[in-house]
Amino acid sequence: MARVAGVDLPKNKRIAIGLTYIYGIGRSSAGKILKEVGIDPNTKVMDLTDSDQTRLRGIIERDYKIEGALRTEIAMNIKRLMDIGCYRGIRHRRKLPVRGQRTHTNARTHKGPRVAIAGKKKVRAKK
Amino acid sequence: MTRSLKKGPYIEPSLQKKIEKMNDSGEKKVIKTWSRRSTISPEFVGHTLAVHNGNKFIPVYITENMVGHKLGEFSPSRFFRGHGGKLAERTVRKK
Repeated sequence: MARVAGVDLPKNKRIAIGLTYIYGIGRSSAGKILKEVGIDPNTKVMDLTDSDQTRLRGIIERDYKIEGALRTEIAMNIKRLMDIGCYRGIRHRRKLPVRGQRTHTNARTHKGPRVAIAGKKKVRAKK
Repeated sequence: MTRSLKKGPYIEPSLQKKIEKMNDSGEKKVIKTWSRRSTISPEFVGHTLAVHNGNKFIPVYITENMVGHKLGEFSPSRFFRGHGGKLAERTVRKK
């Protein structure tokens, strides 16, 4: 089993897909990495040789910000917005959508599950 | 859509003049401004600007982190009073 950056790659998948299991690497950067290393994207992860693996690891560690480092960077960016008290920071603080989406309906991804409002009359079901 | 880099950041000319004057003389006082669309440039750091939000002026102390944002981002123009009857109303009034 190939381990890159503390993540186990699924052994039955193509390496081009397997790399996307690493946080910070998607389909497009996976393709670029494989081109640079010179591995056929169609090889299964379990068929990788040890030297392939070390080269992969080398390039990923050198050129890409992944996993924990990337997560901290994103968290720091959001924290900066919240600390300076700008509009985007306030939206983050209140857990509302940041980029001007509507909040009358929808926006459930950021707001989380619906919260019932106490004392609101229920609409009666039709007889 | 971001602004063309060729043009550089937009800062209201009158506001910039005032800031430069304050930097030269070294004095610090609150400048009232309606120009929410102005970008905060490094010269602004350390000053307090009163940015209009359509109703009143909100004092904004400019720190280094704010450079590159617009003044209007720090002067919210909408206030959410809260939903939910008497309880919400009371908590809002307490503030």
